[in-house]
Amino acid sequence: MTLEELERIAAGTKNARAAGGHEVNVCLAAGCLSQHSDALKEALEKEARKASASCRVRGTGCMGLCSAGPLVSVEPGGVLYRNVKPEDAPAIVRSAGGEPLRRLQCSRDQAFFQRQVHIVTENSGKLDPEKIEEYIAADGYKGMIRALTEMTPAAVVQEISRSGLRGRGGAGYPTGLKWGTVAKTDSAVKYVVCNADEGDPGAFMDRSVLESDPQRVLEGMIIAGYAVGASRGYLYVRAEYPLALKRLETAIGEARQLGLLGINICGTAFSFDIEVRIGGGAYVCGEETALIASIEGKRGTPRPRPPYPAQSGIWGMPTLINNVETFASVPAIVRRGAEWYAALGTPKSKGTKVFALSGKVKNNGLIEVPMGMTLREIIFEIGGGVPEGRKFKAVQTGGPSGGCIPEQFLDRPVDYESLRELGSIMGSGGMVVMDDTSCMVNVARFFMEFCMAESCGKCIPCRAGTAQMHEMLTRICDGRATHKDLEMLISLCDMVGATSLCGLGQAAPNPVLSTLRYFQDEYLEHIEAKRCRAGVCECGAAAEVRA
Amino acid sequence: MNPAAEVKTLVIDEMDVSARADQTILEAARDAGAWIPTLCHLDGVGDIGACRMCLVEVKGSNRLLPACVTRVEEGMAVTTHSERLVKYRRMILELLFAERNHVCAVCVANGACELQTLAQLHGLDHVQFPYRFPALPVDGSHERFSMDHNRCVLCTRCVRVCGEVEGAHTWDLMGRGVHSRVITDLSQPWGTSETCTSCGKCVQVCPTGALFEKNKVGTKLPKSRDFLMHLSVMRGGDR
Amino acid sequence: MSVHAAQPPLPSDDKRWRIVNGTMRRHGHARQALIETLHTVQELFGYLDEEALKFVAASLRVPLSQAYGVATFYHFFSLKPPAQHECHVCMGTACYIKGAAQLLARAEEVLGVKPGETTPNGTASLLAERCMGSCSLAPVTIFDGEVAREASAKQVQERLERWLAHDA
Repeated sequence: MTLEELERIAAGTKNARAAGGHEVNVCLAAGCLSQHSDALKEALEKEARKASASCRVRGTGCMGLCSAGPLVSVEPGGVLYRNVKPEDAPAIVRSAGGEPLRRLQCSRDQAFFQRQVHIVTENSGKLDPEKIEEYIAADGYKGMIRALTEMTPAAVVQEISRSGLRGRGGAGYPTGLKWGTVAKTDSAVKYVVCNADEGDPGAFMDRSVLESDPQRVLEGMIIAGYAVGASRGYLYVRAEYPLALKRLETAIGEARQLGLLGINICGTAFSFDIEVRIGGGAYVCGEETALIASIEGKRGTPRPRPPYPAQSGIWGMPTLINNVETFASVPAIVRRGAEWYAALGTPKSKGTKVFALSGKVKNNGLIEVPMGMTLREIIFEIGGGVPEGRKFKAVQTGGPSGGCIPEQFLDRPVDYESLRELGSIMGSGGMVVMDDTSCMVNVARFFMEFCMAESCGKCIPCRAGTAQMHEMLTRICDGRATHKDLEMLISLCDMVGATSLCGLGQAAPNPVLSTLRYFQDEYLEHIEAKRCRAGVCECGAAAEVRA
Repeated sequence: MNPAAEVKTLVIDEMDVSARADQTILEAARDAGAWIPTLCHLDGVGDIGACRMCLVEVKGSNRLLPACVTRVEEGMAVTTHSERLVKYRRMILELLFAERNHVCAVCVANGACELQTLAQLHGLDHVQFPYRFPALPVDGSHERFSMDHNRCVLCTRCVRVCGEVEGAHTWDLMGRGVHSRVITDLSQPWGTSETCTSCGKCVQVCPTGALFEKNKVGTKLPKSRDFLMHLSVMRGGDR
Repeated sequence: MSVHAAQPPLPSDDKRWRIVNGTMRRHGHARQALIETLHTVQELFGYLDEEALKFVAASLRVPLSQAYGVATFYHFFSLKPPAQHECHVCMGTACYIKGAAQLLARAEEVLGVKPGETTPNGTASLLAERCMGSCSLAPVTIFDGEVAREASAKQVQERLERWLAHDA
C-alpha cells in the first residue's frame, strides 16, 4: 500500500458515496443499539428499497447525544433526528433530501454541538466503523504512511513531544517522553499496549471511540510501534464491551488484508501486528503493571515500580502503555503536524479531551472539547444544566481516584493542573453531575465501596484500609458515628494514600478527602444531628431500628 | 561493570554505609546493623513489596519506598524510623489485627509469631479499628499440618516458597481484596491435594500460626525457624 | 523445534472441548493463554467447572492453584452454572446518582437474594455491575441481555416477578 493507492481507495469510496444519493445514518454504538437502533436500521433499509429516489442506509458510530437515542442523521445536509422509532422510518426516507421532519429534528445549532471541537471523535457518527475504506476516505492511515515513509522513528517521537500530548488515561504523563524512554531502550523485542480496560464508573469514552472509529486506534498504535521500535501490540479490552471487541476484530482483519498491519507494512521494512486481549472484570487491571500481569495470563495484581514498564514490561521487555484516547489522538497529530495540535488547549494541557457527561445534566453523552474550557461551560452550556429545576451541587471527575468539585469552582478551566489543585484529577474523562438530591457522604461511601471491592488484596493498606474506611463511612451515613470515627477516617486516608502499593490504593482516599474539603458540614450533620439533608441516608431513628 | 563489584555509598539513619550496587536498602541496612521491620519479606524467595512494613523515607522522593525492593543508589539518604513511619507501621499492624481473628492467647504460635513480635516492638496494646470478625474456616485435612485462615495475614510466603523453592506450586491466592485467601490446588481440602509433597516448608516460613504442625501444638517451639537460613543457601546465594 | 509434553485427553467427546483446544493451540499452548482459554470455556459452557479448570491447567501446564486463583480473581468468570435468568443492575456512578441503589434493593427484595447470588431453585441470578458504560441511559438494568434504560423500581419488580411466576 502506497500513498497513491491509499488515495485511490479514498477517492473511489468518496465517489461511490456521492453517487449513492442521500445517506441515512443510524447510530449503532452501544447506547443507541440498546435502544434497538439495529431494528430501526432494518426498517429504514426496507423503506429505502421501496423508495424511488436513491437513498442509502448506513450504520455508523456514536453521534454524541446518547440520551436522545436512537439518533439518525441524513446527509448531505446534516439533519439530525432524535428518539427515532422504527415506525418513523417511512417518513424519514420520504423526507431525505427534502424538508426535514420537524417533529423528530434535533437542532445542531445548540451549544451541545456548537461548542465541541472534534479530533479524537472527528469520524465518530460519520463513518461505518466496520468499513476500512470509509476510514481511509476520511484521511485515515495518511498519518501512518507519512510517518513510515517520510519520518525517522526519532522524528515521530519528537513530533509527539512537540504536540504537547499528555496521557489521556488520567495521570497526564507527557506522551512524547514516554515514547522516547521506550525508544531509547536497547532491546530487540518491545511491546506496545493499548489500555482499553476502561473501568472508571461513569466513563465510556474509550468504548465509544472503539465502537465508532476502531481503525483510528490501530493507526495510532502502529505509529507508536514504529516510533519506539516495537513489532507487536496488544489491545487490552474490557470483557464488558462485546461490541467494541467485535468491531476491533473486524478492523484488525481489514487492516491486515490491505497490508496496513502485519509484515512489511506499506512495503517498508517495518512490521507490526496487533492482538486483542480480553479483560476479566477487574478494575485494578487499568494499572500498568497489573495490566501486564493480566496480559501474561496471571492474576492482575500490581507490582512495585521501578522498574517501570518502559524498561521492563511484558515478559520483562520494554513496553509502551497508552490509553485508547491517547492513541486515537496520534494519527491527527502526525497528519496535521504538532504545531496545529499544540495551538489547541492551554499552555500545559494541549489539544482536546473527550468526556463522558452523565448524571443530573440535561444532555447526557459523549463530548470533545478543547482543554481549558471551564466546568461551567461544559455542564451548563454543552450539558444544558441541571434538569427538573434542581440545584447543582457537585461534579465528579476522575472516577474513584478523583473528587467532587463544588459550585464555587465551576469557572476553573479543565486541565490537568487545575483539577489537581481542586483535589480531583482529570482521570480518563468521566464527568458525573450531581444535584441537591445527592448526599456527599454517601457518594464518598459509594466510591469507597468500589475501591474496596476492586482492591486486589496484595498490599495491606489498600486491602484492609479500604474496608475500614468503608466501615467508618457507613457508620457516618447510618448516623452511628462519633467524632472519633471521623478522626480515624481522616488518619486512614492519610495512611492508605501514603503507603499503598499502586495508584488504586494511593488514590482511594481522594473521594473522601475532596468531599471532606468542600462538604464537611454534611459529614458533621450526619454525626451530630443524625441528619442527611439530601434524604439519601437513613440516619438516626431508622438506622437504630436496622442495627 | 558487574553490579556485584560496584560499590555505592549512602546514608542510612545518619550513618555512612557502603553497599554493593545490586543490594536493596533492606540488605544494606541489615549489613550496617540498622533494623527495618518486615513481614512479607523472606530471605531466599522473591520479594513482592506487599506488606508495606519496610517503607522508608528517601530524601528527594515524595513517596515512601519499600526497602525490600528498592536498590541502593549513590548518595541516597534513607530514614528508617521517623515519627510518621512508625505511626504508619502501627496502623498497618492494627489493620491486620482487626482484619481477621488473631487471638494470641489461644494461638499455637504464641511467643513465636512474627506478627505478635512486631506488635510488641511497636508498643501496640490496643487496636483502634473495629474488628471485622470474618467467619473463616480451619483446614485440618492434611495428616501432619493444619491451616487456620483466621490467623493468615496473606503475606504469600507459603505461596512463594512452595512455587519457587519446592517447585510444587500447591499454594496460591484465590479471590481478591478482603476476600482473598490462600488455597491449595483447586481450593480443595489440603489433605486431598495432588501436588503437595508434604515437605512442610510453607509451615515453617509462615510468620503466624496460620500454618502449623499438628504435633507441635502446645510446644514451646512450634516452628523450625533455623530452617530459614538454609533456604537462601538452597537458592544459590550465600549472603 | 520444541518437544511438547503429551497433552491431556479431552474431558469428553463434547465438541466444545475441541474449540477450547483450538484457542490453546492458537496460543501455542503457552501459559499466558490461561485467561483467553478460560474466556473460551466460559463462553461455550456458561461457567468454569472443576473438570474444565483441571483440563485447561494440565494442557497449559499451569499449576492448579494458579488456574483457580486466576479464575476467582476476575469477576467475569463464574464457577457456578448460570441461572435461567440474569438481572444485572449497573452500579456505576451515573446510575448510582440516579437511584440504582433503590433498584438493586428492590431486586434483592423480590428475588430474596444478595447481589452475586442465585435463587435457590436456579431461576434467577442478581448481579451488581461495575458500570457498563451506558451512563447516558442511567439507571441501567439488563434483563437477560436486554438493556432497560431509566428503569424504575416498579418496572424491575414487575419484570422479576414475571420470571418467578413462570417458573412456578
